[in-house]
Amino acid sequence: MTLTEKILARAAGKAQVQAGDNVWVKADTLMTHDVCGPGTIGVFKREFGEDAKVWDKERIVIIPDHYIFTADSRSNRNVDILREFVKQQDIKYFYDVIDDPDGKWVFNPDQGLLKKQYGSNYAGVCHTALAHRGHTRPGEVLFGTDSHTCMAGAFNQFATGIGNTDAGFVMGTGKLLIKVPETMHFRLEGEMQPGVMAKDIILHIIGEIGFDGATYRAMQFDGPGANSLTVDDRMTIANMAIEAGGKNGIFEFDEKTRAYVDHRTSMNGTRPNYDPVERDANETFVSELVVDLSKLEPTIACHPDPGNRKLAKEMSDLVLDRAYIGSCTGGKTSDFLAFAQVIKGKSVVIDTFGVPATPEIVNDLKTTEWDGKSVWDILSDAGVQMTENAGCSACLGGPVDTFGRMNKPMKCISATNRNFPGRMGHKESQVFLASPATVAASALTGKVTDPREYWS
Amino acid sequence: MSKVIKGPVYVVKDNIDTDQIIPAQYLNLIPTIEDEYEKLGSYAMCGLPDSLYPERYVEEGKVDSQYPIVVAGRNFGCGSSREHAPIAMGSADCQLVLAESFARIFFRNCVATGELYPCECTDRLCDVLKNGDVVTVDLDACTVTVDETGKTYSFKPLGDVRSVVDAGGLFNYARQNNMISA
Repeated sequence: MTLTEKILARAAGKAQVQAGDNVWVKADTLMTHDVCGPGTIGVFKREFGEDAKVWDKERIVIIPDHYIFTADSRSNRNVDILREFVKQQDIKYFYDVIDDPDGKWVFNPDQGLLKKQYGSNYAGVCHTALAHRGHTRPGEVLFGTDSHTCMAGAFNQFATGIGNTDAGFVMGTGKLLIKVPETMHFRLEGEMQPGVMAKDIILHIIGEIGFDGATYRAMQFDGPGANSLTVDDRMTIANMAIEAGGKNGIFEFDEKTRAYVDHRTSMNGTRPNYDPVERDANETFVSELVVDLSKLEPTIACHPDPGNRKLAKEMSDLVLDRAYIGSCTGGKTSDFLAFAQVIKGKSVVIDTFGVPATPEIVNDLKTTEWDGKSVWDILSDAGVQMTENAGCSACLGGPVDTFGRMNKPMKCISATNRNFPGRMGHKESQVFLASPATVAASALTGKVTDPREYWS
Repeated sequence: MSKVIKGPVYVVKDNIDTDQIIPAQYLNLIPTIEDEYEKLGSYAMCGLPDSLYPERYVEEGKVDSQYPIVVAGRNFGCGSSREHAPIAMGSADCQLVLAESFARIFFRNCVATGELYPCECTDRLCDVLKNGDVVTVDLDACTVTVDETGKTYSFKPLGDVRSVVDAGGLFNYARQNNMISA
């Protein structure tokens, strides 16, 4: 069996499953957020009753992160609906925007978009927060009401996005009927050259197989190249399995996975035990692709889909209106450090927005100093508009007052994960996906720019 | 729902993602609240760029579409897991999408909610039909006939999915079949 099949067999209580089998699997964790949580709660109450209890109050993780820093009253209300439900159900893991369990969330636009407006429990973008707060575990099954839930595949976990109705079902029963996907095998070899990042690997792969090349399938990444990657790199890659239509992306378990997960579970006091899956001698794959990481170059996915691949160096004529770094895929500490390495000591020439994925990352950037100056200040002084309000922000457009949202037709180079028409706001705007380093180099020139021109 | 659906089609091409089906700014609406469900319908497919799709799926100021059938190319419904997407279309009175292929989560959400029949047709109908062409879809025979030309195309049988959508979604189906208690 493949890694995905082994996890699903275990979760289904079977010795063996194969691709195409429909099996009932036990969920280890269900995650929801402010955009799909209220609808999921609505389905749960409608179907199981107003007074029904969730299947396991310690296995539901609720993370408001999408439409938080907006004056839109419905969006603020949606966070309050989550808080009310958490109280009713005594749900253990809720990363609220405010500290008062009886309070109401109201964003104050008069304080501006840059200064933090959240309390001590707020965790930021759900996929990054799940990992940071010790909720990702090897060998387990994670369902989330968000398509980028697949990011947790970095931790040798089966993780996939589901809709509200399915999530309502899981909330009540702890189970879901799913089809075992075929597995596509991606063997990574070699190591990346300076100036090339994990984002370039996944953009290369999606360009290779097409925007729907992994539809209904698992993407398994292994080989010596995969082992050479950091945990953050693996998160970037697994996150974008969905951009090729994949059901999940998954990596092998190794010492890096163990160190990360053990540190995070012990730091947060979450469930520490887990049971990883290892590769079998006999795995059946539907396809094989070997990727030599040493041959990859900075890569762009051009408007209007993530499979529309070009090399950054071929795109130098494209004039940009703005640059954006942030999101689950591209807003981690390591992403900002690579971005800052290019930006340091220079100035951006187009509007450039920086949105760390979590408050922890905000703190990392403020406390990491290079030559006596914090990375945060290095970026701010270069003209990057850095917000402390960690969250999904303009990655998916959001309400019109969202930080960094494109409210008119323009072209943006972005470290985020999706670029269908209208993704970051105005429906005639265009998004070009790239690594944080490429976004940085492009912000310095106002055109798509290969970061190796600036890499030291 | 009847087994034959007849009406004018609305035609879109490849890769219509969930942002084009329901733009993210409207995800503040909660589908299980009745008037917000209705409002979602008024925004169905309004994220399609005007430059490519000058005619709106739902006319400005209306909550329902005049097109009960949407015809699409490859990878319809790709992108996010937002269930608001099939719900917005269903709320706008869409009954069926005939696409060359579907993205996985959207397909599943159509079935789980019972809002739409997601039918896969290997013929590229989005290159054959134009907005307003009237077709007759027979869900039992798995055929779609174009009224004007009389030409018939077949689509893949829905299999087990058919009865779940017929029942009005996952929960209704599970109850009717005693899989969960009523």
